[in-house]
Amino acid sequence: MHASLPDANTLIARLADAIAPTLSPDTLIVGIHTGGVWVAERLHALLHCTKPLGTLDISFYRDDFSRIGLHPQVKPSNLPFALEGRDILLVDDVLHTGRTVRAAMNELFDYGRPASIRLAVLVDRGGHELPIRPDFAGLTIAVPDHQNINLSRLDDGHLTLTLA
Amino acid sequence: MNLQLTEDGRLRHLLTLDGLPRAIITQILDTAESFMDVGEREVKKVPLLRGKSIFNLFFEPSTRTRTTFEIAAKRLSADVVNLNIATSSQTKGEAILDTVDNLAAMHADMFIVRHAQSGAAHFIAHHVAPHISVVNAGDGRHAHPTQGLLDMFTIRRYKGEFHNLTVAIVGDVLHSRVARSQIHALTTLGVPEVRVVGPKTLLPAGVEQMGVRVFHDMEAGLTGCDVVIMLRLQNERMKGARLPSAQEYFKFFGLTPEKLALARPDAIVMHPGPMNRGVEIASEVADGPQSVILPQVTYGIAVRMAVMAMLAGGATA
Repeated sequence: MHASLPDANTLIARLADAIAPTLSPDTLIVGIHTGGVWVAERLHALLHCTKPLGTLDISFYRDDFSRIGLHPQVKPSNLPFALEGRDILLVDDVLHTGRTVRAAMNELFDYGRPASIRLAVLVDRGGHELPIRPDFAGLTIAVPDHQNINLSRLDDGHLTLTLA
Repeated sequence: MNLQLTEDGRLRHLLTLDGLPRAIITQILDTAESFMDVGEREVKKVPLLRGKSIFNLFFEPSTRTRTTFEIAAKRLSADVVNLNIATSSQTKGEAILDTVDNLAAMHADMFIVRHAQSGAAHFIAHHVAPHISVVNAGDGRHAHPTQGLLDMFTIRRYKGEFHNLTVAIVGDVLHSRVARSQIHALTTLGVPEVRVVGPKTLLPAGVEQMGVRVFHDMEAGLTGCDVVIMLRLQNERMKGARLPSAQEYFKFFGLTPEKLALARPDAIVMHPGPMNRGVEIASEVADGPQSVILPQVTYGIAVRMAVMAMLAGGATA
């Protein structure tokens, strides 16, 4: 446990406050499996979003597939709405290289052509390898390459950030 | 050495369901589940196999199997080449491994093989370079693993679990590679009662050793079943001495609404196709509310996508 890592729930509340003024009633929230979905669920509730929550599993869009193969537990993507012409708020837990977000955007475009996509992440840890930056970040922190930030969820639903 | 698995236990080729670990079968079914929605989106494709070349090597005619493999490969964004070898260089006397070598020289990544000879896919799998995968799409009387897997996928979709089922496989088990693959998969997945039902002349000697119960009386064999799988009666079998006539066969082993009523009320009826209506199955049943024969075809695409994705991914790791 890293002493300086703030409480995940506080960060999510901060994120919601930053997003709220920019949100239109038609914005669709989409979380990326698995941690991004947990954050998206909280934001969806805190922002009183009336549209259903979308979820993406980007396993079929990963750029390292031919090297490491398919994740053994692929979850179905679930986008219970038409994306055509809509504003999307894409949510992930940790932004690192940006490759997951690239894959997620590729997948979104296979469902339709959104009007806009904005990115909200709980933590932007640096180490970007693509020109992808968050529109909203609960925490911006420089983490060395050999360390990982993980979001985990306890049985009672409590979210915790750990640095290992 | 197990030709189908890598040293670290991943799928390398898919040749038979005999001996394929339960964990791998379950992983294929789970992966297929996540491919199910791809056919319903705006863009019916995912980019997993972009840039891969898949060759459909069909030494024996097939419409449905070849087409569903082709669609599955295309939904994974692979490039697909269909070779109908009966009408190609094999008629000019080119040996099977020469054909394979030539296609490998065109940078093939995967071969989907259908052949009338049992063991053909194994033979090719032994021969190919390490980066090439082979999928058996039916070899002689031996195996048709993707059909067996899509049948398991269908059963799981309608019945949820395997551990409480009674499944009957009815008809020409002797000549059926589909039946062999189904029996291996059903027993591996823990189905407590697998029955084979048919006349003595169409059941292989010693089939009990595969862990099945044998019935020569269809009424008894269907009683209490959750799943009824009908097999195609191949017309050419009728010409030999094994069967008196199609009418006679239908009378004893054709699935009619009356016979189906002996199974559980929520029993599903499956058939690998193509059906002989009025020979092994009555049209009222084939088109009836308990039939899941067309969903089987749809599921076959997702299951073949799962197999190809698992074979192609991490092959060089």
